Amino acid sequence: MSENYAPKSAVGRWFNDRLPLLNLIYGHLLPYPTPKNLNYWWTFGGILTFCLVTQIITGLVLAMHYVADADLAFASVEHIMRDVNYGWLLRYIHANGASLFFMAVYIHMARSLFYGSYKEPRELIWIIGVFIFLLMIATAFMGYVLPWGQMSFWGATVITNLFSAIPLVGESVTNWLWGGYAVGSPLLTRFFTLHYLMPFLIFALVILHVWALHVPGNNNPEGINVVQGSQDTVPFHPHYVVKDMFALVVFLVVFAGFVFFVPNLLGHTDNYIEANPLQTPEHIVPEWYFLPFYAILRSVPDKLGGVILMVSAIAILAFLPWLDTSKVRSAKYRPLYRQFVWLFFANVILLGYLGAQTADGLFLIIGRIATAYYFAHFIIILPLLGYIEKTKPLPKSLSEPVLSAEERQMKAAASGASA
Amino acid sequence: MSEKQVTRRNFLYVTTGAFAAAGAASLAWPFVDQMNPDASVKALASTEIDLRPIIPGQSITVMWRGKPVFIRRRTQAEIDEAKTVNLADLPHPEADSDRAQNPEWLVMVGICTHLGCVPLGQKGDYNGWFCPCHGSHYDTSGRIRKGPAPTNLEIPDYVFLNETTIKIG
Repeated sequence: MSENYAPKSAVGRWFNDRLPLLNLIYGHLLPYPTPKNLNYWWTFGGILTFCLVTQIITGLVLAMHYVADADLAFASVEHIMRDVNYGWLLRYIHANGASLFFMAVYIHMARSLFYGSYKEPRELIWIIGVFIFLLMIATAFMGYVLPWGQMSFWGATVITNLFSAIPLVGESVTNWLWGGYAVGSPLLTRFFTLHYLMPFLIFALVILHVWALHVPGNNNPEGINVVQGSQDTVPFHPHYVVKDMFALVVFLVVFAGFVFFVPNLLGHTDNYIEANPLQTPEHIVPEWYFLPFYAILRSVPDKLGGVILMVSAIAILAFLPWLDTSKVRSAKYRPLYRQFVWLFFANVILLGYLGAQTADGLFLIIGRIATAYYFAHFIIILPLLGYIEKTKPLPKSLSEPVLSAEERQMKAAASGASA
Repeated sequence: MSEKQVTRRNFLYVTTGAFAAAGAASLAWPFVDQMNPDASVKALASTEIDLRPIIPGQSITVMWRGKPVFIRRRTQAEIDEAKTVNLADLPHPEADSDRAQNPEWLVMVGICTHLGCVPLGQKGDYNGWFCPCHGSHYDTSGRIRKGPAPTNLEIPDYVFLNETTIKIG
């Protein structure tokens, strides 16, 4: 595909002969053969790329006005909101952009779970994705600390204290992270440094993610292998460029709705109170996108146990390609998995709801059951399903399921004649 | 060569590699250690407090090493309650006499041993401290009684300089 590409202009040819960068871009963005039946759940890859670039650009300009010092940080954020030209807009885009980034990544992951995109031969794409998700979590958490409000401070305190659960060296590790004996200026400054660095690491991983994707090509809603360049594929441009652009515009409508009409809906009012190391807010909750994991942490009555379980909840995703023993990818052809995967999604949403409640009484009991089910899905249900599930017959091509019986007969006759 | 022989070149490879590894490790240490508490943080390691303004049943919170420290002048009822507890019932058994040098004065780091929130005073099921973050209950001696916190509230190093002054740290 990319080998027989030649730039039209003389300058382009001169450049491309010396550094075939245009070849690379051309091959991956224009004629790249894509399954012809990708639905709108497949547009979130493009949306996520847009989110990452938006966060990097708005973050870069916010960093020009922000001061990473415990005495000045809160005031500098207020300065951005009140004094800096369009500072309010840039900050609201950045803050809501983080939320929408997670919304998109959860949909993207759910799509992968439903259509089995993590399975052979796409395991590495999925694993790189899990690492991107981990880096996103770290970046979002550190970013939330920077405004140095009450939620920033106490969120940082609770999360950095997770490391104190490590046996023997826990206290030294937390003091090392803090650069002191409590959360304070040294931590804020290093979080700012890392918050600035990590999006670029994510960007590098995204390049690997796409590179690995373009080796076997996209999965598709039928979950069957398609031959690249056959009748089952269409060029990425213009077909999917246009589809992705349309999805992005719809996504931007939602994005703009948050930024311009309810910019603080997803935040906490407590974070507009400057950090006070002597007073913990009544009710500490993380941002909505961490709530399911927070519920898992709190469901365990033991400190170390809770931390181990929360970390495992994310780490177990990396092993998913081998925990799922079924050879059939798409849930469309897996009648049992199709029900269990919806149950799993509902359970994660339930965990998210529980994460926002106080951890006692009935909520705690339901939280424990939901946590147990989360892990049971991966270590009991998925391995067993591969053996007991009777899957439906897979179509031979992407066209087959959508053709009428007559068309199918004609096609069979034609292929019989040619053979 | 039929057998694997150790040549002079093998020896040179291994020793060169070992020197390089040791050199890299010793160079890595400054990059790790720069994050540890620095000299200016360590310099603020002790605080002196005048206890005269505090009446029985009153607590104050002071800052020590960037952390809140609770100083409570306990009432007789609280002291009795703390002393009569059966140690076998405690998740982290410690006698009250080991926690308070002078039974009237309870001095402890006001940080929940679970995940570092500041507990609220004279609240919870045991009339001591209650952490609102994840629901840990402490008694009138700051000992964990119920909830996810693994240990009792920490007692910092402190000395009574005289009847009415203590030095923490």
